[in-house]
Formats: sequence, structure tokens, C-alpha cells
Amino acid sequence: MIQPAKPDLVTVNIDGKEIAVPKGTNVIEAARLVNVDVPHYCYHPKLAVVGNCRMCLIEMGMPAVDPATKAPVIDPATGKQKINWIPRPQIGCGTNVSPGLHIKTTSAMVKEAREGVMEFLLINHPLDCPICDQAGECKLQEQATSYGRGYSRFVEQKNVKPKRTQLGPRVTLDDERCVLCSRCIRFSKDIAGEDVLGFVDRGSYSTLTCHPNRKLDHNYSLNTVDICPVGALTSTDFRFKMRVWFLKQTNTIDTESSVGVNSVAWSREGALYRITPRRNDEVNDTWMADSGRLLYKQVAAEDRLKSAESLDALVAKAAELFKTSAGSIALVGSGRSSVEEQFLTKKLATALKASVALVSRTAAGDKLLISADRNPNVRGALVTGLISALPSARLAQLAADIDAGKIKTVVSVGEDLIAAGLTAAQLAKVSVVYLGTHANPTSIASKVVLPTLTVFEKNGTFVNQQFRIQKFAKAVPGLSGAQDDLVILSKLVQAAGGHETASEVNALWPAIAAEVPVLGTILYRNLPETGLLLDRSAWAGLPFVEGETLHYKPAQPAATATA
Amino acid sequence: MSAPAQRRIIFQHIDEPGYTNDIACYLKHGGYEVLKKAVTRKPEELIDEVKKSGLRGRGGAGFPCGVKWGLVDRKSGKPIYLIVNADESEPGTFKDRYIMYQDPHQLIEGTMISCFANNVKQAYIYIRGEMAEGARILEKAIAEARAANFVGPNVLGTGYSCEIYVHRGAGAYICGEETGLIESLEGKRANPRIKPPYFPAVLGLYQCPTIVNNVETLCHVKYIVEHGGEAYTKVGTPNNTGTRIFCVSGHVQRPGYYEFEAGKITMGQLLYDVCGGPLPGRTFKAVIPGGSSAKVMKFGERYKGKRKIGADMVDYDWGVEDVPMDFDCLAMVGTMGGSGGVIVMDDTVNMVEALANINAFYSHESCGQCTPCREGSLWMKKITTRMVHGEARPEDAALLKSVADQIPGRTICAFGEACSWPTQSFIAKFGDEFKTYHETKKTVVEKTRELV
Ligand SMILES: Cc1cc2nc3c(=O)[nH]c(=O)nc-3n(C[C@H](O)[C@H](O)[C@H](O)COP(=O)(O)O)c2cc1C
Ligand code: SF4
Ligand code: SF4
Ligand code: FES
Repeated sequence: MIQPAKPDLVTVNIDGKEIAVPKGTNVIEAARLVNVDVPHYCYHPKLAVVGNCRMCLIEMGMPAVDPATKAPVIDPATGKQKINWIPRPQIGCGTNVSPGLHIKTTSAMVKEAREGVMEFLLINHPLDCPICDQAGECKLQEQATSYGRGYSRFVEQKNVKPKRTQLGPRVTLDDERCVLCSRCIRFSKDIAGEDVLGFVDRGSYSTLTCHPNRKLDHNYSLNTVDICPVGALTSTDFRFKMRVWFLKQTNTIDTESSVGVNSVAWSREGALYRITPRRNDEVNDTWMADSGRLLYKQVAAEDRLKSAESLDALVAKAAELFKTSAGSIALVGSGRSSVEEQFLTKKLATALKASVALVSRTAAGDKLLISADRNPNVRGALVTGLISALPSARLAQLAADIDAGKIKTVVSVGEDLIAAGLTAAQLAKVSVVYLGTHANPTSIASKVVLPTLTVFEKNGTFVNQQFRIQKFAKAVPGLSGAQDDLVILSKLVQAAGGHETASEVNALWPAIAAEVPVLGTILYRNLPETGLLLDRSAWAGLPFVEGETLHYKPAQPAATATA
Repeated sequence: MSAPAQRRIIFQHIDEPGYTNDIACYLKHGGYEVLKKAVTRKPEELIDEVKKSGLRGRGGAGFPCGVKWGLVDRKSGKPIYLIVNADESEPGTFKDRYIMYQDPHQLIEGTMISCFANNVKQAYIYIRGEMAEGARILEKAIAEARAANFVGPNVLGTGYSCEIYVHRGAGAYICGEETGLIESLEGKRANPRIKPPYFPAVLGLYQCPTIVNNVETLCHVKYIVEHGGEAYTKVGTPNNTGTRIFCVSGHVQRPGYYEFEAGKITMGQLLYDVCGGPLPGRTFKAVIPGGSSAKVMKFGERYKGKRKIGADMVDYDWGVEDVPMDFDCLAMVGTMGGSGGVIVMDDTVNMVEALANINAFYSHESCGQCTPCREGSLWMKKITTRMVHGEARPEDAALLKSVADQIPGRTICAFGEACSWPTQSFIAKFGDEFKTYHETKKTVVEKTRELV
């Protein structure tokens, strides 16, 4: 592995505390490292610095040197080098550390500057927190508590601006709440590559809007809602649904593609309300596609599979099929299953002496956070040994085997076999055991249907395109009438004559670690929230389908790498 | 002591009967001779002349021109741009307009000399949007100069090439702030940039090193290269070299523009001797000496202190009338020479109403990027507007001051100062008028009240 170069460190002094920070760090980030909060609105760690809100003003000084000799000037009172304090406050976001930089964040000058900015931000603000969705996660509200006067000196008419503007299909704008920080504009233009937002009019009448004949309708539009520090931009889907402080946050992973975007599922009393991105500087920074945020709706979808029969009764039916078709069973695994599920799927295949196929799912990537591989965990199937070659989109071999009369029973782990290229006639020739979450032509044609759980209802891990293993956790209880995939799979393994296995993620991991070489030292509960890179050398030669996305460059194909 | 004579070096031909703005007339008066000589000299020599001259920028801040040119990043390998700031929008200022309308070739010659000195291959004249006629005049003048080989490829056969383009603004005061101007020139909203890192000398137009100079400044460069930097220092006073053009407006008998050696004329000489004093039966009340953002001076107040003359520190005790008109003296008395716009107010003016007018301007022109300027300028405007519309409160004076104090030094660009200094100085000097305005007989007529 290539070690990243050690960053050049410079020592700075923040409120009397000395700290060494990498060159190029700004004062806001440096202060964070010593747990000093520098309030800010326009600054965002992943966006260009524009310095417009002026909330981050700090007092700054540099060690004094004699202009002629460049020798340090010593303060006789302290015996230390004198500090020349700049008489005007400076912005923390736009000030990068330099050796010996001194910062005060609590001085009278800073306090006064912050209070001034805070007052200015509030004079034309509608102060409608009681009916605002951002309440509870609003920077304006938080900082008003710390730096606000508590009363208003403003007796004039407030500015009137447009309310409830639909900027696009998913984002609603209230211009009166906007603090004109331009984060949304910068995000849309610089990150999403869609220059659709801008200000019209001037001064305090400046108003955020879409450019003429444009809409905020790109697939990253909801990130503007995430980064809007106030309640100006809200998610049309989430608006007025729930107070954020009632919601429980659970870390999860976006299953849209092999990027493995880190996200948070927000739930209350067993119901999901929204999905937002979770920062991972190696994977998705602080962003997430809109499409991935809608996936929570699958959980309460009408067409969820559930069964009134007990799991044991269903497993007994499957066992019967296993017995009668022994030796002519095929198994279709899934790139959407977790590593743990794939581990047990492999055990099932071994116990059944079944062939294993996986269904690939590809579409053009968006170069940002959706890759060409729309399965979240094909690499998990490689790592667990469920497959050794990359899957294809159509189950051609299985179709041929069915036509040749070699297969009597097909076990499908969540894959719609019709969508994967089998015909209804072919399905009619075999018995299907289907594990899945939602109804589809295959579940309808199946002899045995074992309802399973969505990603939000269970624990597990996925291995993303970088071979980073990342865990997701159960946000809401599983649907009644459905069972955890691991419980079903472990029962099926036993029904197929295999050894008893654990059926819960933590309990299963010692076995996974013991049997899967590259996962050797890992335990589920020790996995960091931002994941762990695995040794991918064993699969270096495979022609993975992904092109470049944020924080991912495909390995050079062997032929051009030597050129 | 009566006023010295005008010293017209920039305005030499302004309003001269028979003088026209075409190249033939300019050439007849010795035009482009300085450029012809300049291109035979080494560029560094020309920069040295400007440094020696002590020329200070005429756009408002009075920053030494030679120092500015010295800060340009010449190692980056990127092209260096020169921008002529012809956005002249500061209320009370009307000097650049005369140069462009009546003597455009003087500006073009100064610009070409400056470009040659700084190895600039492309220059832009950013002209205020409202001056459509001025833009046409400049376009025509550039075409004439190009045809005569003073501008364009292979200037005067030297192998040096440089183009000048005219760009019209869209009519916003903030486009005069140099980094806002650069954004506007790049086709964006004129939001001024944060400095650091976007110092024009390093990361200016298209992220390349850029020189931004005022129209008048570049005309002085022509004069300096013609007569030498050393000779220029003999005009004006030390550290305030050359001439200054004063644009006098308001309540004097003879408003207009007057060019004098810097520091050689006092405010009193200018207003009484040159401009004929107050209108009949009136007395001077206040004067803003350097464009509407400069702090106001109150007739009757005294300025005392020590100042350096030669090697000595000398006491001074001045009234408004005694203050020499140069950058340093005006700064000493707490205001600034700025753009040279001298706005005179007599005893008929109510200061609350005057400030309401100024506040209306600045709140309308704030770009709106940074919070203190954006919100503060409009808040001050709303207060003074409310006052002149009949709902003044005694406590408004203190509130206005407090709002104004929360702005300067905390913004992206100097507009923060520009919009708060009027309020700060009006309240400091005419506070009583604000405190008692609710019981004052209003002088503002209904029709003009609509403006604020
Ligand atoms: C709000 C604001 C408006 C300005 N407007 C003008 C202007 O209209 N014309 C001008 O020459 N300079 C203007 N300036 C000054 C420019 O930023 C810049 O300093 C000047 O063009 C530099 O030229 P000089 O060094 O030759 O004076 C303005 C500055 C500020 C802060
Ligand atoms: S809508 Fe929100 S993110 Fe966009 S400029 Fe306004 S406050 Fe900032
Ligand atoms: S000080 Fe005013 S004009 Fe200048 S950048 Fe800030 S808001 Fe814009
Ligand atoms: S965070 Fe907005 S100015 Fe620094």
C-alpha cells in the first residue's frame, strides 16, 4: 500500500491552546480540532470558500518580528514573542493557518462582531420557527440562542419575499428565511454540475431563484436542503411530516449502486421519514443522490411480501422440494444481499450441491455517486466466494439447463428470474423457492415464498466498489410476516443437510472471519462507521464495470496500464 | 489669501473651444508623442518613473500606483491584464466622464503606456452602463488609434501588441469596486471577492494577475512619462503629488470641476474664491469632501493636532475652510480625499433628510453578499426614511449610530465603510438634529420624499 505523504504541520494558538494542524487548514477546521466552535453559515467543508455571511469573524494575531532584522520581538512582560493583533476581525473560513498564528474566538471584539451579524440576520427573518421544518436542526436558531439579543431593536417593516416556491420536483423554497449564504448555488454549480440557482435583485432584497427556464430538478437537488443552514430550502417530501427531534437516526448504506453512499435513516415508532447523507470523506463526502433517499418508501410499500404461515412450515415445504429434486437444484444469489447473507447463501449452495449464479444490474453511472454497477454488493459475493467471476445480466446457463431438463428446483435469493431472462414457460417447468421482500412475477410463480426484510430492517455489511466493507444497521423493526434473511437462510442450510449456523450478524461474524481469508481479522461490531478497505489484490484482474465516480478511479485495464 | 491658479494637466483641453474628441485634433495638440517615446524605453524604466512620481490612485483609496504595479505577479507565466476603471459612480464625482467624452485619446495613450510598461497584451475599459455615449466615443477613439497603429498588433513597429476593449457595465455602483468589476467583466454578478486570496495583482481577471486603475490615474501616468517622475513630484505637495480634480456640487455659486495642485488649495479657497461662496443669503453648513461615502465636515468645527512638514512636526488648528485639499490632510481631519467629489450643503439643508438620501443610495447599491452591509445599509435606510416620513423618535439617533458601528471592518469590500461612514459622521456631528427631528419643521418637499 502507498502511504499518504505526511502533511506539513504548522503550530497555531487558539484561545491559548497550542495545536499542530496540517498546512492549508482554515481557522474553523483548526478550531474544531481543539473543540472550539466557530459559528458559520456560508462555509461548508466541501464547497468553495466565499466568506459572505461574516458569522465566523475571529480575532487574529501574528508573532511580531523586527521589520529590519526579522528577529522575533520579545514582550518583556511575558518573556514570549509579542503578538501583533489585527485591529479588525477576520473571517475564520477564509483564513488559513500559518506558523505562529494566534486566534481569539471569545474576545470582546469577536463577541460583538458575532452579535452584530446575528442581529442583522434576524431583522428581516420571519421568525416563524414554530411552523418551520428546520426547527431543531437550524443553525440560525442555534446561534440565535448563543449570540442573539433576545429582543429586537427593529421596528421597521420586514422585507417581503416569495414563499413556497417549488424550485423543482423535490425542493420547496421560502425566500424570507434565506440568509443568502449561497451554499445551494455553489453546490448545484460546482458539485452537481448544474448551474441552475442564482440570486436576483440586490442588497437585502436579493432573492434566491432558478435561472430563467430552469428547474432544480437534478438528481442531487435534495443536497441543497441538507446544506441550507436555515429553513429556506425544505424537502417537499418531508415537509410538515415530523419534528426532527422526535426522530431516531440509524446509520445505513445506500443500496442504489456499488458506490456505497453512507447515509442516515430517520425513524420514529417503527416508521421511516427520511434518508440523508452521512459524511464519509473517502466515499461520498457529504452528498447523496435524491433517488437513494426515496428507497425508504419500499419498507411500507403495498406489495411487501408477508406470510401468515410460520417460518418452520415454509421451510418444511422448501425442505420437501430439496429432497425430491436433490442433485438438480440451482441457486440464484444476489448482489443486493449483505456479506453475511451471501456467506450463508454459499453454505446453502454447498449443502444443496447447487450451481450458483448472480444477476448483474448495470446502467450508465452519473460520474458522481451512482456507479454503473447498480448492485451494492457484487464485491461481497466475490469476497465470500459465492461467485468467482463477474455476473452477467441474464441467466443463460440456467435457462439452458432448465430447457435440458437438468434442473427441477430453483432457489432465488431475491432475484426476479423473469427479469433476469427466464421465460414463464421455463419457470413453469421448475419449482421455485423465492426469498424476497416485494411481489414480482417470480414470487407469484413460486412454490414457496419466504418473505424477507429490506435493508432498513436488518443489520449487515456491503463491500463497495473500492472494496470498502461498510456496515448498515437496523433502523426499524421488521415487517410482521417477514423474517430476517439470515434466519431464513440458516434454517434452509439445515433443511438442506448443512451444519447449524448462527443467524444473527454478530454471532455469525467469527465464522465469517474464520472462513473468509480477507475478512480474517474483522468483527462486525468493531467495524468503523466509515468502513474498512479490504485487500482487493485477489480480484485485481476482473473487468469491473464501474467508471470514475467521486473518490473512485477504476483500475487501469491491464492492456493499457503497461503502455 | 486668495486661491492659487488652476493647474490643468489632465483637464488641459476640457471645454476648450474648438477642441474635439477625434484623433486628428489630439495629434494636432501633440498627441501620442509620449507613447512614441515610451515604447523605445525599457518597461522597467517606465515603472520606475511612476514609482518615483509618488502618484496615488484617483479612484478613491489613493493607493500608490507604482506600489500597485510592483505587486503584480510577473512570475506566474500567466497573462497580465489591465483594467481601466471607468465606472465612475460615487455620488458627487464627475471627472472621468469629461476625460472620456472630451479627450478620450488622452486616456488611450495613458492606457497604452501603462500596458507597455507592465507587459500587458489585453486591456479593458470597464465603463459605467449609463454612459452609453461615452462607450461609443471610446470605441471610435480606439478604432482611430488602432488605424494609426497606436493600439493593436505591432504597435508603432516595435513588435509589441496590445488590444483595448470597451466593456459596458449594467448600471450598478458596486461594479466600481475592483474585484466586483472583475466578476462583472467575467460575465457574473458583481459580487466583490474576498481578499485574501483574490488580490487582483495575483488572482484577478480569469484568475490572472490584473492591474485595475482609475481613468484619471492613467492620464497622470501619461503626464509622468512625458515629464519624468522627478518633475511630477514638484507638482502638489510631498506624498500628495500631482494635481487633483475637484468636482464641486451643491450649494455654491459656481459648481463645477476644478483642477489644482494637490494640497496647494484649501477647502475655503476652493469654496469661496473658486466657487464663489454660498448662494445669496445662505451660509455653509456642511461639506463632504471626497464623494458621498466620505465622512462629512461641519462648518464651525476645529481640527487640532500635529503634522509633519519636511522634517518638523508642526501644530495645526484648522477650521473646515483651512484644510488643505490633499489625501493626507483630509485623512488627518477624519475624512478622505476619495474621488474628489466635493458636496456642499448650506443652512437650508436638514441633515436627517440629507442622510436619508445617502442611505437610500447605498442600500440600493449594496451587492447583498455579506450580512453586515446588506442588512445594515437597508436598516439604516429604513430608519431615516421613516424619520423623514413623519415617524421620527428621539432614540433613532443612537440606534442609527449603533447599526452603523456594526458594519465597517467586517465586510468583504470597502462598501461596508462607504455605507456606514455617512451615518456615523452625520450622527457624530449633527446628532442633535437627529434627536429633535420629530419636532423640526420638515424642509423636504413631498415630491422628493418619495425618493427615500
Ligand atoms: C464600493 C466601491 C466603489 C468604487 N467605485 C469606483 C469607481 O466607480 N471608479 C473607480 O475608479 N474606483 C472605484 N472604486 C475603487 C476601486 O476599487 C479601485 O480601488 C480603483 O479603481 C483603483 O484605481 P486607482 O488605484 O487608480 O485609484 C470603488 C471602490 C469601492 C469599495
Ligand atoms: S436557500 Fe439556504 S443554502 Fe441557499 S442561499 Fe439561502 S440560506 Fe443559503
Ligand atoms: S460590503 Fe456590501 S457591497 Fe461589499 S461585498 Fe459585502 S454586501 Fe457586497
Ligand atoms: S463562514 Fe461565512 S464568512 Fe466565514
